[in-house]
Amino acid sequence: MSLTDFIDALTGRMTLEALPFWKMVQNPTPENIVNGAIATGVAAILVLAAIAVLALLTYFRLWRTVWFDWLTTVDHKKIGIMYIVLSFVMMLRGVVEANFMRANQAVGFDGGFLSADHFGELFTTHGTIMIFFVAMPFLSGVINYVLPLQIGARDMSFPVTNAIGLALTASGAMLVMASLLFLPFSIGGWTGYPPFTGKEYSPDVGPNYWIWAVTLSGLGTTLTGINVACTVYKKRCPGMDFWKMPMFVWASVTTAILMIFALPPLTVATAMLALDRYLDFHFFTTDAGGIPMLYANLFWLFGHPEVYILVLPAFGVWSEVFATFSGKTLYAYRTLVWATLSIAVISFLVWVHHFFTMGQSAGMNAVFGIATMLVGVPTGVKIYDWLLTMYRGRVRITTPMVYALGFVMLFVIGGASGILLANPTIDYQVHNSVFLVAHFHNMVIPGTLFGMLGAYSFWFPKAFGFMLDDWWGKLGASLWIVGFMLAFFPLYAVGLLGLPRRSVAYSEAAYTPYTVVAMLGALVVLAALGAMFWQLYVSIRNRDALNVYAGDPWDGRTLEWSISSPPPVYNFAVGPEVFARDAFWEEKRAGHAYQIPDQWEDIELPANSWLAPILFFSSFTLTFGLVWHMWWLVILSLLVVVGALVARSFVIDRERTIPADVVREEHLRWLKAVREAPSAPRELEVAPGNWGRPQSEAGVPE
Amino acid sequence: MSQARHPGLKLGHEHDPGSGEVEALVFGFWIFMMSDLLIFGCVFATYVVMLPQVADGPSAAELFHLRGPLIETTLLLASSVTIGFALLETKHRADKRRTTLWLAVTFLLGAGFLFSSTHSLLGHLENGAGPSRSAFLSAYWLLVPLHALHVAIGCLWIAVAAAQVRIRGFDWVTTGGLLRLSIYWHFLDIVWIGILSVVYLGAMI
Amino acid sequence: MSHMDKIDESGGQMESRADERSSYLRGGIASVVLTVIAVLAVVSDVLPDWAAWTTIAVAGILQAVAQLHWFLHIRLHGQAWEDLQLIFFTILILVLMVGGTIWVMGDLTARMM
Ligand code: HEM
Ligand SMILES: [Cu+2]
Repeated sequence: MSLTDFIDALTGRMTLEALPFWKMVQNPTPENIVNGAIATGVAAILVLAAIAVLALLTYFRLWRTVWFDWLTTVDHKKIGIMYIVLSFVMMLRGVVEANFMRANQAVGFDGGFLSADHFGELFTTHGTIMIFFVAMPFLSGVINYVLPLQIGARDMSFPVTNAIGLALTASGAMLVMASLLFLPFSIGGWTGYPPFTGKEYSPDVGPNYWIWAVTLSGLGTTLTGINVACTVYKKRCPGMDFWKMPMFVWASVTTAILMIFALPPLTVATAMLALDRYLDFHFFTTDAGGIPMLYANLFWLFGHPEVYILVLPAFGVWSEVFATFSGKTLYAYRTLVWATLSIAVISFLVWVHHFFTMGQSAGMNAVFGIATMLVGVPTGVKIYDWLLTMYRGRVRITTPMVYALGFVMLFVIGGASGILLANPTIDYQVHNSVFLVAHFHNMVIPGTLFGMLGAYSFWFPKAFGFMLDDWWGKLGASLWIVGFMLAFFPLYAVGLLGLPRRSVAYSEAAYTPYTVVAMLGALVVLAALGAMFWQLYVSIRNRDALNVYAGDPWDGRTLEWSISSPPPVYNFAVGPEVFARDAFWEEKRAGHAYQIPDQWEDIELPANSWLAPILFFSSFTLTFGLVWHMWWLVILSLLVVVGALVARSFVIDRERTIPADVVREEHLRWLKAVREAPSAPRELEVAPGNWGRPQSEAGVPE
Repeated sequence: MSQARHPGLKLGHEHDPGSGEVEALVFGFWIFMMSDLLIFGCVFATYVVMLPQVADGPSAAELFHLRGPLIETTLLLASSVTIGFALLETKHRADKRRTTLWLAVTFLLGAGFLFSSTHSLLGHLENGAGPSRSAFLSAYWLLVPLHALHVAIGCLWIAVAAAQVRIRGFDWVTTGGLLRLSIYWHFLDIVWIGILSVVYLGAMI
Repeated sequence: MSHMDKIDESGGQMESRADERSSYLRGGIASVVLTVIAVLAVVSDVLPDWAAWTTIAVAGILQAVAQLHWFLHIRLHGQAWEDLQLIFFTILILVLMVGGTIWVMGDLTARMM
């Protein structure tokens, strides 16, 4: 074997062309220079950011903390927080990419400044990232953090599996990030339709990146789903039967069921695409009998339930937020539960509406169109229930409520455009135009994203022990709402005028005013992100004044508010027992809150595990090797994966015990703080001086 | 809380510290198996859709014979019974030697299955009926090897489980593991019924 | 041994080792019989196609049920009911996905002829 053979085996299909600046240097046309400069700049920022993080960790000697408190942790609260951090990092990238696309289309009359391939990479990474690495980790993170607290549990059913789920999701995100340094990513859109993404039309490695990133995320999601479902089934505290579960728990368990049952078709579809590309199978090729349409069918068997995976947790959040800030119990709880469950089932019956135009018979389209419209019914029920929860309540407008109100109004508009699209005859006119882009952003931004940002503002004080600054929070929320409307309402119009989605350029001057407004909207959204980061900074600076250690800043209703902020590692000093749905609220009403337990026990918690970080690194190297055909890396990583799993099965599960004395001392210290905290009336809820001890309205008749 | 609810294995007393955990583990594993079942479901659907897509390659009727699949059926069915016996030794006698013995028998039957199925797959390959020939063959080469891969993983798992029984004895981790292993193995047998019926018997009609 | 060891959670007497052993054997025999029926239905070449398909399908489903019953001890009562609910829901989704895929793709192929 010669040296060049050796190097070839080492680098697989990677050559110098993978570097972001290579094309610009080799062939400096103006177009290559613009695109190369952008790509290189972004890559440089990424590298510098990574170096800065590593340097800071070293400088502040934080490596031990990072390893022992975070990377190897199996604590559901920390895992939840890491999910959300991951989501914010990826969101930054997603929104910046969106701004590039919007800027390009604003000047897109007869050609923007981006090359077609670059634009293609942008909408593909943007879509993939926003769905799989922003929305999904965010909701997994919120569920992880909140759900065990709400059901009075000390952790999830399978803490190590939980950590592995995060590890796989994070390594998928890292793979997408790696594609900034070693180009190219796929240009086949977030749906990755073959035959375009097959090897005949996309011989480069781009689709490989997409396939493996999505696969990793899918595996992580499946594990999360199993874990959440099992936790809700097996870990509820005494007294919490199904009809006493908080609405967010219902939403989470329904989401989990969807995760478990909806991911398989995606896994199969991407696996088949991978076989086509790597081993010359012929599932989706245009020759040898392949049927590309089968891919679309399988993808949307996943894709439609996926949109409910995205939105149901947000529905759960709204249910908590509306009830809490109206000081009222949730209106028609049972119908909300039934609505949630029926949405879950119906979501498996409508997938064909994503390809009305593929050529199936009109009768079939009619069936699926009608089924689709049916989803509007339970969703409408929910909207009315939330409105009626506010009706005659003492509604308090806090940051989460700003998101909630924005959601209600915008989501109804998005839903209405969805009902339009559910009619196949209309869909034939506007499919594949930016009308559709407007529709789904109208669902996913006010729905999922506002839901998650609302959850962030709602539960942040629980997780960190201090409030987020309300003024900056409201500014951020308002900018999100305004930015969204500016960015997407024009797209409805210009979509009807005929602008196709995924267009790098257009030849119709009439489109320009709309795309310019849309660009401004995207800038406002960027400003909203800025406001949120500034809010975080301001709040951390003022954390002493914003302290809510006592734990109940919002006059909360459910169990998570009955403990300190941040909660102790073991969550509950003594396992709670509940007698009502709004368990904590009823305790406050009866004057039983904050009692001193008469018995203390040692608490056993699962010990840290090195399995998740090992799988994080090895699944990244495994998939990176697969992308670039570096077979030595693939084999090596596979050995590590299997070896780690087998070795782990021989390790006797260690538990660490927290002695009763420590629990008692911590708990009494907290109770003392609760007693000493001045109790804040609701008018001072968002001002410094809300110490987390409400002058509760639970005593006041509703 | 019961431990007897899953494949008939009673692990110990009510208040055995591990029993709640095993219960959750087994339930979680059931859910996982159901998700895997849907994976197979989608692959089966693909196979059915691809049946006519033979391009210029051989069709199912031209390609398949019943001898190999029937041998494989027998081996797998027998192994389903023997893994049950292994669990009975765990449950009623906590007998390490007999448990591992039955596990070894199961392993051999599984290995026999893999041998036979690899043999016929290689035969197809030699006859030019590899996955690249047609969409139909692609689907076949996805479905059957996917099941075989599951069996291979099962064999690895059996080996690990036997080693664990030898080293650690019957604590709740190993018995919980055996319980899940047996569910996995029975599940593979059920999927195989589908393969035998849809792929091989279907081809004969 | 406490009495707990003899009582199974579903309330019945816990089966003895011999009983359980025969359960596996019964499952094995039932599977063999059903397989033989299915094989005979196709190799004998006397049944019309639709009848052969039906026989295979029914025998296959029965065999799956038999294995669930005798190998996996899934019952209609007691705690195994929870697992059974899970299985039913899975079957519902399975039917939707597999049936739906075949329906949609069948329709599309038919229209391309
Ligand atoms: C924050 C403000 C956002 C802006 C300004 C924005 C902008 C855009 C733009 C310009 C496109 C390309 C449209 C085209 O094809 O013509 C796009 C596509 C897309 N966006 Fe967004 N987006 C935003 C947020 C989100 C969020 C939160 C999600 C999901 C959670 C999302 C999911 C997608 C998806 C799935 C696509 C389709 C990609 C494809 O064509 O394959 N976006 N977005
Ligand atoms: Cu849909």
